[in-house]
Amino acid sequence: MAITTERGSTTTSSAPVDDGPRRTSRTGPVLLTTLTWILGIGFFFPVLWMVLTAFKTEGDAQSSPPTFVFTPTFEQFRTVFDAGIGPYLANSLGATVISTLLVLLLAIPAAFALSMRPVEKTQDVLFFFISTKMLPVVAAIVPIYVVVNDIGLLDNIWTLIVLYTAMNLPIAVWMMRSFFLEVPSELLEAATMDGASLARTLREVVLPIISPGIFATGLICVIFSWNEFFFAVNLTSANAGTMPTFLVQFVTSQGLYFAQLSAAATLAALPVIIAGWVAQNKLVQGLSFGAVK
Amino acid sequence: MTSTLERPAAPSGPPPAPGQTPTRSARAEGWVRRAPLLPALVFTIIVTQIPFLLTIFYSLQSWNLVRPGSQQWVWFDNYVSVFQDSQFRGVALNTVIMTLGSVLIAVVLGLVLALLLNRHFIGRGIVRTLLVTPFLITPVAAALLWKTTLLDPTYGLINFVLSPFGVGEEAWISDFPLASVMVALIWQWTPFMMLLLLAGLQSMPTDQIEAARMDGAGAWAIFKELTLPHLRRFIELGTVLGAIYLVNTFDAVYMITQGGPGTASANLPFYIYQRAFLGFDIGQSAAMGVVVVVMTIIVATFALRLVFRSFGAAEGSN
Repeated sequence: MAITTERGSTTTSSAPVDDGPRRTSRTGPVLLTTLTWILGIGFFFPVLWMVLTAFKTEGDAQSSPPTFVFTPTFEQFRTVFDAGIGPYLANSLGATVISTLLVLLLAIPAAFALSMRPVEKTQDVLFFFISTKMLPVVAAIVPIYVVVNDIGLLDNIWTLIVLYTAMNLPIAVWMMRSFFLEVPSELLEAATMDGASLARTLREVVLPIISPGIFATGLICVIFSWNEFFFAVNLTSANAGTMPTFLVQFVTSQGLYFAQLSAAATLAALPVIIAGWVAQNKLVQGLSFGAVK
Repeated sequence: MTSTLERPAAPSGPPPAPGQTPTRSARAEGWVRRAPLLPALVFTIIVTQIPFLLTIFYSLQSWNLVRPGSQQWVWFDNYVSVFQDSQFRGVALNTVIMTLGSVLIAVVLGLVLALLLNRHFIGRGIVRTLLVTPFLITPVAAALLWKTTLLDPTYGLINFVLSPFGVGEEAWISDFPLASVMVALIWQWTPFMMLLLLAGLQSMPTDQIEAARMDGAGAWAIFKELTLPHLRRFIELGTVLGAIYLVNTFDAVYMITQGGPGTASANLPFYIYQRAFLGFDIGQSAAMGVVVVVMTIIVATFALRLVFRSFGAAEGSN
């Protein structure tokens, strides 16, 4: 069998090597591979079905038995855009991008102070960050609503930005820290010996090493903020609503029509699916707070 | 209510250089080290801790938003009503079933998929990408997908697929509301468990397995004696993380069943939301929030410390 790289999609240049005596039968591996493919397609199929349904007419979408062959139509996407998806899309984009930048701005220095030049009580600080993720959001929503309402920031995009920043910051700190820890400390010492200032060392030595990590951390923050629903549905309405709330509002106003609903859901989900595909190798590292590489 | 975990007994911070007492410059040096951390720390404390303090404050009051001027101190009355509320107990039980049930099934399915993916075969990267996708889809969109095109009694794909097995127009969502929500959650979380366990499998030393195989150990013996023990901490980590994320499930309940019929499929986040934003009962919902936080802390403190200790992620601050 060929040696596969971790991505698995590309085989290394070495020619397929025979497994030799170990391979007694060919049917076992073939069966397992087939099973894996069936399961993979099975898990993916609901998503594919959503995208397919988005291109159907309402009649094809709600038919029994389900329609598999149909003439694609953009009718549903037109309906979705006519229903005013624009502002929601812009809000999602704004809340996601700005909160992610803020998270990185706060998390990178903090992670540095918890890894390369650790402060005292580093462990306590780290556990404080992770413990905030364990507190159920629902327990905080009441005071947040009352306070936001009192200061007149209800239905304001900046409210979401602040909350999304706080929501993602602990994950980002842990994740960035695990990337900083991968930087060999000798490298830093060598640069300092050579008389380079700390700022210059960070910029020219450390930054290039951790930049893939920054990218991955950013993508994971993007996924979480884009998908967030609880704060959005409780704290926003027409002005600052994001894509998940658009879906809810769309269902309420249009009714449960499968095809147009699938079109709206496809538009809401697609950006994050693509971001996630790009970041899939780092997904686990982010979600496990850097515990698993 | 800062819920700080019991501090792990690891030495932290740089020890002062031998023969040097902390002087003024050492103190200044300490602040130089701390400075990059402070913005993030202060921000997190303000945004995440103050609301919880306010939750405790509100939980001691009777306050209904639709009756202005109704705010008054009642001390622990709200807690008494929470514990007397049989619906709350039912909903708490739902939360446990929903969280643990979904996590455990997702772990088992994830393990099967991870084992299947931990082989070399054509299109492995593609299959992995396909499998990851359910985890990425916006939960609200996923919930809508399950509610309509998949679980609809007449037009749903699930009933169509099951029709050769004699399943008619089964109304899954009204007949099995809790299970329907859980199916959507399991579908979304299995990929995460798969990725985590796959990382675990790939970190396994191959020479050990080779040696066992040379000794004539069968596949099942290798799995039971070598693979499973190695994966144990990954399974634990997956369970704990899954539980942390899933105990907060709101989107799926809100979209698929609205907690109904009655409170048959409501979990705590949804129930508290109903009390706060449909019933406008600030005091009651705050008290429920505090109860949930206390329960979460009890579970999470033990579980998380255990898991992160076994991973050593908390160790070695250089």
